Amino acid sequence: MGALLAADTLQGPKVDWFALSPILILLGGAMVLLVVGALMPAWPKRCYALFTVAVAGAAAVMSFILWNRINHEGTKTLVGDAMWLDKPGVWIAITVCVGVILAALLTDDYLRREGIDGPELYALYLLAAIGAVVMGTANDLIVLFLGLEILSIALYVMAASHRKRAASQESGLKYFILGGFSSAFLLYGVSLVYGSTGSTNLGKILAASENVIVLDRSKETLLLAGIALLLVGLAFKVAAVPFHFWSPDVYEGAPTPVTAFMASVGKAAAFAAMLRVLLMALPTWAADYRPAIWLLAVLTLVGGSVMAVVQTNVKRMLAFSSISHAGYILVGVEAAAHDARAGLISTGVSSVLIYLLVYTVLVGGTFGVITAVGRTGDGATDLAGFRGLGRTKPALALGMTVLLLAQAGVPLTSGFVAKFGVIGDGVRTHSYALAIIAMVSAVIAAFLYLRIMISMWIADPEVGDDAREAVRVPVLLNVAITLSVGFTLAVGFFPDWLIHAAP
Amino acid sequence: MIAAIQPTTTWYLLLSAALFAIGVVGVMVRRNPLVLFMCIELMLNAVNLSFVAFAKKMGDVGGESTVFFVMVVAAAEVVVGLGIVVAILRHKPNATTDDLSELKG
Repeated sequence: MGALLAADTLQGPKVDWFALSPILILLGGAMVLLVVGALMPAWPKRCYALFTVAVAGAAAVMSFILWNRINHEGTKTLVGDAMWLDKPGVWIAITVCVGVILAALLTDDYLRREGIDGPELYALYLLAAIGAVVMGTANDLIVLFLGLEILSIALYVMAASHRKRAASQESGLKYFILGGFSSAFLLYGVSLVYGSTGSTNLGKILAASENVIVLDRSKETLLLAGIALLLVGLAFKVAAVPFHFWSPDVYEGAPTPVTAFMASVGKAAAFAAMLRVLLMALPTWAADYRPAIWLLAVLTLVGGSVMAVVQTNVKRMLAFSSISHAGYILVGVEAAAHDARAGLISTGVSSVLIYLLVYTVLVGGTFGVITAVGRTGDGATDLAGFRGLGRTKPALALGMTVLLLAQAGVPLTSGFVAKFGVIGDGVRTHSYALAIIAMVSAVIAAFLYLRIMISMWIADPEVGDDAREAVRVPVLLNVAITLSVGFTLAVGFFPDWLIHAAP
Repeated sequence: MIAAIQPTTTWYLLLSAALFAIGVVGVMVRRNPLVLFMCIELMLNAVNLSFVAFAKKMGDVGGESTVFFVMVVAAAEVVVGLGIVVAILRHKPNATTDDLSELKG
C-alpha cells in the first residue's frame, strides 16, 4: 500500500496488444455497430449480420495466428499476469467466434420476420463473445468474474430482446434473477478462496494452496468451502442438475437464435472457466472436488435425458438435451481432474475442448432449423410444428435429422467423436461406473431425438384450418444450417484432423 | 468491560455470511421482482464485506480493489434488470413472479 502511494506515477503493466487482438476486434466491431447503427439510417438487409460474421471471422483468424505464435514461442501470461495466452484459451476463442458466426446467420431473417430489425442484438453477440473469451483466458478469479458478468449481462438483455413476445421478457427476468443469484455464489467462492490463500491469481492460489495443509486447519476449511461455492456458481452457468431449473424456461422463452448462442457460447465459456479454475489453481484439491464433479455428472446425465423425454415443446426438449450434453462434458472434466497435476495439458482437457467445439456447431444448426420452424411469432416450436416437415421441406428435415443423430451420438457424425472422446477418457481414468451411466443415458436421450424425427418424417402435415404458415428457409439461415451439417459430417467421417489439432 | 471487546475479522466474516444467507432466503421466498433484486444486491454486498475483512486482515489491497469491480458489476446488473422489469410492467402492471407464467416451471 505504501509503495503504491509513494510512486509518483502509477506504473501500468506491459500490454501485449497483439495477443489481445481477438478481444479488441470483437470490441471494435460492437462499437461500430452501436455507434454507426445509431447515427446512420438502417443498413440494407443482411448487412448487420454479414458485418458481425466478418468481425467474428476476423477475430477467429487472429486466434489462428496466435495459435501459430504459441507453437513457436510457447505460452505466456498477459496484462500483468491477469490472462493466459495458451492453446486451450485460443481454442475457446475460436469456438466462441464460430458460435457468434452461426448465431448471427440465424438472427438476420429472424429479426426481419419478427419486425424488430436493428443492430443491437448483433452488438450484444459481439460483446457477450468478449466476456466468453475473457473467461476462457482468465488467470485471475476476478478477471474470470468480470468476463462472466460481461457475458451474462449481455445474455440477459438478449433473452428479453423480443419486445412483442411476453415469454421472451419473462425468460429474460428469470435468467437475470437466477444468473445474478449464481454469480453471487461464485463471487462468495472467490472471496473465500482469496481469504484462505491471500490472492485471486490462479498461479498464486496454486502456490499458496500447496502450503495450506501445513499452515492452518481453519484455512483449509475456508478454502474447501470456497471451492464448493465456486463449483455451485459454475454449475449454475453450465446448467448442471440440480442447478438446471432456469434453463428450460429461459431456452423456451428466449428468441431462438439467442437460445443457440446461449447454449453454445455460454456453455463453452463456463466449462473453459471451470477447467481453468479446477486444474490450474486447485489441482492440490482434486481428490476433494472430484467426487462432487462425479455426482454432478451422474445427476446431469440421468436427469437431463430422463426429463427431456416427457417434454412436448422442441425448444424445451433441446434445453434438456443441452443439460445432458453438459453431463457428458462433466465426464470429461472428471477425467481431466484425475490428471489435475498436469494442468491444462491432458487428454481429458482436449476431449472436453473438442466436445465444446462440436457441440457449438451442432447446436447452431439445430436451433437454425427450429428458427425456421418457429414461424412468425417464434411460437410454433411444439412437436406438432414439425409434423410433415419431411414432405414439405425434405432438405431441411434431412439436415435436422443429421444434426439430431449427431446429438444422439450416432457413429459417422461429429457427436459420436465427441462422446467417444469423453467416455473414452472416463474409461482410461478408471471411472467405469460413470462411463456406463453416460452410455445408458445416451440410449435414453436417443428416444427424444427419435420423437422429433418421427414427427418430421412419419406424421402427416397439418391440414385445413389447423395448418400454420409454410416454413421458409432464407439464404443466410440456409448457409448456417449447411455449414453446420457439413462440419458435423466432415468430423464424423474424418475425425483425425480435429483430434490432432486439439491442444 | 464492553469497551474491551474489539471486533475481530471473524465477526465481520460471520456478519457477511449472515447477510449472504438472508439474501439467499430472500431470493427463494419473495415474489416481487424488485425485492428479488434487492436480495441479490444484499448477497453481492455481503461478499464485498468479506473481501474487505480479508483484505484488512492480510494487509493486501487486492481485496479492497475487488470491491470496486463488484460494485460496478452490480450497478450494471441493476440497470439491465430494471430495464427488463419496466418492459414487463408495461404489459402487465403490478406483476409478481407468480403472474409470470407463460413458461411453466
